[in-house]
Amino acid sequence: MENMITLTIDGIEVQVPQGSTVLEAARQAGIRIPTLCYLKDINEIGACRMCVVDSGARSLQAACVLPASQGMKVKTNTPQIREFRKHMLELILSTHEKKCLSCIRSKNCELQALCKELGVEDEDRYAGEKIKYTIDDLSPSIVRDNNKCVLCRRCVAVCSKIQNVGVIGPVNRGFKTAIESPWEMHLSEMSCINCGQCIVNCPVGALYEKDDTKKVWDLLKDPNKHVVVQPAPAVRAALGEEFGLPMGTSVTGKMATALKRLGFDKVFDTDFGADLTIMEEANELVERITNGGVLPMITSCSPGWIKYCETYHPDFLPNVSSCKSPHEMLGAMVKTYYAEKAGIDPKDIAVVSVMPCTAKKFEAARPELGHNGLADVDVVITTRELARMIKEANIEFTALPDGDFDSLMGESTGAAVIFGATGGVMEAALRTAYETITGKVLENVEFHDVRGIKGIKEAEVDIGGTKVCVAVASGTGNATKLLEMAKSGEKNYTFIEVMACPGGCVNGGGQPIVSAQTKMDVDVRVERAKALYGEDRAKALRKSHENSEIKQIYEDYLTKPGSHLAHELLHTHYQKREKYSR
Amino acid sequence: MDDERAKFAELEKLIADHKDQPGALMPVLQGAQAIFGCVSEDVQKVIAEGLGVTLAEVYGVATFYAQFSLHPKGKYLVNVCLGTACYVKGSQSILDKLCKLLNVPVGGTTPDGLFTVEATRCLGACGLAPVMMINGRVYGRLTPDAVPAIIDEYRNGAGENA
Repeated sequence: MENMITLTIDGIEVQVPQGSTVLEAARQAGIRIPTLCYLKDINEIGACRMCVVDSGARSLQAACVLPASQGMKVKTNTPQIREFRKHMLELILSTHEKKCLSCIRSKNCELQALCKELGVEDEDRYAGEKIKYTIDDLSPSIVRDNNKCVLCRRCVAVCSKIQNVGVIGPVNRGFKTAIESPWEMHLSEMSCINCGQCIVNCPVGALYEKDDTKKVWDLLKDPNKHVVVQPAPAVRAALGEEFGLPMGTSVTGKMATALKRLGFDKVFDTDFGADLTIMEEANELVERITNGGVLPMITSCSPGWIKYCETYHPDFLPNVSSCKSPHEMLGAMVKTYYAEKAGIDPKDIAVVSVMPCTAKKFEAARPELGHNGLADVDVVITTRELARMIKEANIEFTALPDGDFDSLMGESTGAAVIFGATGGVMEAALRTAYETITGKVLENVEFHDVRGIKGIKEAEVDIGGTKVCVAVASGTGNATKLLEMAKSGEKNYTFIEVMACPGGCVNGGGQPIVSAQTKMDVDVRVERAKALYGEDRAKALRKSHENSEIKQIYEDYLTKPGSHLAHELLHTHYQKREKYSR
Repeated sequence: MDDERAKFAELEKLIADHKDQPGALMPVLQGAQAIFGCVSEDVQKVIAEGLGVTLAEVYGVATFYAQFSLHPKGKYLVNVCLGTACYVKGSQSILDKLCKLLNVPVGGTTPDGLFTVEATRCLGACGLAPVMMINGRVYGRLTPDAVPAIIDEYRNGAGENA
């Protein structure tokens, strides 16, 4: 039993474990204290002063960094506190570019919400000098607009502490303080892995995805283009949030209908690509095990992780599976197999991927991911961008009937849909590898040891009498820890799954943005993953190799996993990258 | 070139001496500034790699503290006092005159590498206000008109011995 302490907040007595902050204690007592720079477990620095409380000390204290102590009496709501918070907010507003009407975060902005909540009457109360910053939009994934930045440092904390990347930080001092890459470099000149965790943790419109919706609209209106779309597993677990549905609502059927109504010629499913990935990846794993190949093998689905490995752990590149990621595989199949079946010139086909991910935009532009001079995937949009398109098209999303994906590459198994949660690729691969190696039917398909949101998970799996050691990491900071354990020989793994974003794709940088206040009570990663595991359970088929369209594609086209043609179309290679490109 | 290599060797030793100490970045940056006269991009990259911190962190600290210079400073460091006494006695016009004369902004260095112009807080010579200091030598009771002659002395190499 932890040491408990008792304190009184606004007259309410509350018991909390020693070491809790006043902010946490208040939350437990059901008292809401406003926050802006605070990000649970990640950024607790008392910088914005929104959360000040009166603890009887000489001056007001920031509750997010104020330790709760025995017998403490705290007030969170006095005229002095309300006035103070409002003033602080008005000072933040004095340098904020208040173009709220056209702001990408309008109606989902923590600063805007605070103004409403704290009763700001004049956003220009402290109008004064401003610095005009140039917008950095040279990255294929992430746009940084310092004119909107409130210097909360949430992006800096997540980039350095969680992702172990640290390509941005505060520079200069006082009025000139700004969040920048060093030496006035652009994000694209740094070893940014494009994961977009900075975006989903930004309270305002200072960080957002490079918008590619215009490219998609242009493709859709071009009569000479046959436009194929594919949504990733994790998109269906979160898209509903953009339309007011509760977190964790699965909207697969509505999403398929919406994509058809937007005018795409074919709606395939990246889940099919995920099943195809498992066929190739399980085969590669079995081959590596039986032929003495490089082990542990590491998954290759997450483009943020791939760039991270290329930059920070190039010595592990031979361990990374040569498999392209699911949407790239599906893209390659659309421009070969499907083009042939449908009798369309691949040059006239455009593939659009809807991804929970900003790094996929960078991935799709990799020159090695293509065939015959055609990129496998032409445009990547995020979950948020798809939501914007649906809204722009005046589609009443919540009222849509459920639709289906188009056949040929629309069928999928439960193994595919769980790709979107950390541990999912591992579990899917184990389901198929088990049956491939043992030749027996796997009765219990659920591997619970690799599920859940722990940053590093380990499991020992019995495959036909052989114990196989596997591990799963999510968040690139955790990946580094896991690789160090593998490198030191402390652990002897056979297979490792890495996802760049904490919790996997459900919490990807392209997903709907959830406020820090909500994240204090709800774990986004858990809620969205529930939707995916629910879909898995509901599927008749839960192993990738049972997918009938997968069987057909090997029969009709690829012959067998790891075949010459499969290698040509579905596999790739990696390159060491320098930390700075100048 | 050899000189440069020796400086980097010295930096590597400095990093090795401080590595794994908490708060190593400040003393290493200070040492680097002493060795090179500034903490350039290349120097900062070596420090970041050596200490296992990000370049963003090194650059953040280097730009936060006024004691660090990102670019090499001139042979002569011209500091104009903007402390209260000097300021009310018109030191801003001295600073403006210098910037105009040398065609550099405050904090800038002339292309020939001779002069760096900086503004400083009180130098403790308020009785002589307005004051400027060139490489430690104090010039008091200045007027903007007196500035060109002083600068010329340094240009001609005479100032150092005066």
